[in-house]
Amino acid sequence: MALPNKPNWELLAEPDLSKVPVVEHEYDALIVGGGMAACGTAFEIGKWMPKGSKVALVDKASLERSGAVAQGLSAINTYIGENKPSDYVRMVRNDLMGVVREDLIFDLGRHVDDSVHLFEEWGLPIWKKKGSEGKKLVEGGEPVRTGKWQIMINGESYKCIVAEAAKAALAEMGYDLFERIFIVKLLLDANKPNTIAGAVGFSARENKVHVFKAKAMMVACGGAVNIFRPRTTDEGKGRAWYPVWNAGSTYTMCMQVGAEMTMMENRFTPSRFKDGYGPVGAWFLLFKATVTNGKGEHYVKSDAAKAELAKYSPYGQAAVTPTCLRNHLMLYEMKEGRGPIYMDTAAALNRFLEEKKAAGMDEKELKKYWKELESEAWEDFLDMSVGQAGLWASMNIEPEKVGSEIMPTEPYMLGSHSGCCGIWVSGPDEDWVPADYKWGYNRMTTVNGLFTAGDGVGASGHKFSSGAHAEGRIAAKSMAKYVRDNAGFKPTLKQTAEELKAEIYKPVVTYYEHYQKTTHEMVNPNYIKPRHMMERLMKYTDEYGGGWSPYYMTNGKLLEIAMHHLQLLREDSEKMAAGGLHELLRAWENLHRIWCVEDHLRHIQFREESRYPGFYYRGDFNNTSDTDMDQGGWKCFVNSKYNPETGEWSTFKKKLHTIIA
Amino acid sequence: MPSFVNPEKCDGCKGGEKTACMYICPNDLMVLNPDAMRAYNQEPDQCWECYSCVKICPQGAIEVRHYADLAPMGGYVQPMRGTDSIMWTIKFRNGNTKRFKFPIRTTAEGSIKPYAGKPEGGNLDDGLLFTETAGRATLTPAQDA
Repeated sequence: MALPNKPNWELLAEPDLSKVPVVEHEYDALIVGGGMAACGTAFEIGKWMPKGSKVALVDKASLERSGAVAQGLSAINTYIGENKPSDYVRMVRNDLMGVVREDLIFDLGRHVDDSVHLFEEWGLPIWKKKGSEGKKLVEGGEPVRTGKWQIMINGESYKCIVAEAAKAALAEMGYDLFERIFIVKLLLDANKPNTIAGAVGFSARENKVHVFKAKAMMVACGGAVNIFRPRTTDEGKGRAWYPVWNAGSTYTMCMQVGAEMTMMENRFTPSRFKDGYGPVGAWFLLFKATVTNGKGEHYVKSDAAKAELAKYSPYGQAAVTPTCLRNHLMLYEMKEGRGPIYMDTAAALNRFLEEKKAAGMDEKELKKYWKELESEAWEDFLDMSVGQAGLWASMNIEPEKVGSEIMPTEPYMLGSHSGCCGIWVSGPDEDWVPADYKWGYNRMTTVNGLFTAGDGVGASGHKFSSGAHAEGRIAAKSMAKYVRDNAGFKPTLKQTAEELKAEIYKPVVTYYEHYQKTTHEMVNPNYIKPRHMMERLMKYTDEYGGGWSPYYMTNGKLLEIAMHHLQLLREDSEKMAAGGLHELLRAWENLHRIWCVEDHLRHIQFREESRYPGFYYRGDFNNTSDTDMDQGGWKCFVNSKYNPETGEWSTFKKKLHTIIA
Repeated sequence: MPSFVNPEKCDGCKGGEKTACMYICPNDLMVLNPDAMRAYNQEPDQCWECYSCVKICPQGAIEVRHYADLAPMGGYVQPMRGTDSIMWTIKFRNGNTKRFKFPIRTTAEGSIKPYAGKPEGGNLDDGLLFTETAGRATLTPAQDA
């Protein structure tokens, strides 16, 4: 057998940079990312850009199945329908413990349904109530609501459909689509301060670097996954709840050019079916299942639970308990030794059958009804989390016979689901929006010409798939406006193409300089492999930054240690090594992970309270303040900024406005 | 090993311009070995089990062996994705099987004409998306109170 001292990747990276061409592109608007938000931008932008404009979308994957909806979804979680956008704001605000951008949420609520209507027009099957089957939503078809805001779909091909529309729109406008190019760094203009001028990335298929110049950019590359040690640490770390390819690129790339970040202390730690991470929404909402502790008690109804919730008034005492506090109650049971927590699937399904029986349904009809019910239960997994169906099959679990364990996962960073970390952006340029919430271009970051949407926009959670698409569209129009208003701007890069290439390919050069200095390429004192960087990051964030192993608990001292480890990791990242193109992709992804986690922990360090009990706790400030910042409290945003000139970070409070009573 | 390739069925997409699984994998995992003319998953512990490769493979050569560090052996979930529906077969460890069929889309693949019958963009300085007319899209919080 040959010595394992060679790269074992199928597509090798080229260390002789004279053989790596650089392709230079110039566009008016550039869309980075390929998920729901980016597809929304791609669809909308063509109708607004000045005639003759050049636009491109760059995706590190393949548009048809990229982003968080790649696998499909079983529900659209934001459809306003018969409800009011202002009530949507109230719901989001309470779920996220009061600190949100009401302007952005209201704006999203006004526009989101239009995207849902388009999805249906393009071919997405949306469940309808009996009596209105076959009728589209716009024709008065009544959706099957599982909750006030959610509607059920047959969503296996959700992303394929939305991507097909985006691609067709790009093609019709004569715009370009690049797949398998990973943008890793944004570039500021050489002349105009604080202004975006382009981006650089590389191909995951051939040894080629791509430099883009653009007047306006959308950066929407999702949230961050595999940043805290997962509960399953070998093969199963791929079974992340959020898509495992989301590497925090949105946050890091925007942060590195000086975009102001907001609420980066927020994280999402969903409680899901244990190990398979299958969705629980339909079980709670559609099947009305209850959760019990190990003793079979409905612990959320206990006096002890009510007393816990009262500590977090007014949020804990609202009609709908915030997601983090639901976790908090679960963790309380587990820590008191009353685990495991069960989703009582059997009782829920059987109750439906009992009800039908009591209403006089005969055996044959009952059997048919059961088939439908069983099919709905399994579709929930098969549409969006096939691995959970696989786990049930492996464990011989039939949900009508036995309940399944629920468990809070490892933490994730995101801004579109039930979390709200992200970038500080301008709200709509309208009179009702407070002056410090707007600077001319809706969804523009604090860097001129740099826009974001979906997971990228902070302090505005609960957008989900439909909201991310709508937000991408809102931003698209603003991008066009920015391009029109800055028609004379000619982006100029600070670095030459050759300098950029050397930076992007540095891990490749490092690898080939050293790989034969030991007999095993994985163990070499001259470099660090991307895999090991990620594992080290996840170990220390878990232990010191409040991951699952210390029950999401951290404190000032622990965070100091975490920051020290992150500093060392960042230093070591200079010695990242990549022998293949796939490994070069991982190297840059893991660098993105380190940066966004650092900002996350800086925010937790700065905020001297525990804003999201159940997502994380500060043992040294284990309470939640509902006092305004003017009175020294924490009912305010925490924002941060990395200065690309000096390399310094600053973290500070930002005023919160209540717009909707 | 999450997704795996059956070497007897995989034909490397005959070395054509596009290896289907390699084209589709959202995490850049599936890759073609041109010597063996077979594809493989190059980083199994980063597989989301999203089944994109399984669904797209024209030879039905890709299956999933569920995560070894969490799932007991013997469970099996396999789709057959058609143009308007998907058929799932679930085999339990104890040998029981279930089959489900769900619709996936109501239009033909490739038929979407996103701009057909749609208006042009109106006023770039207002807040309306190009498909929207007033109504809810122009509401203010005061009007929605």
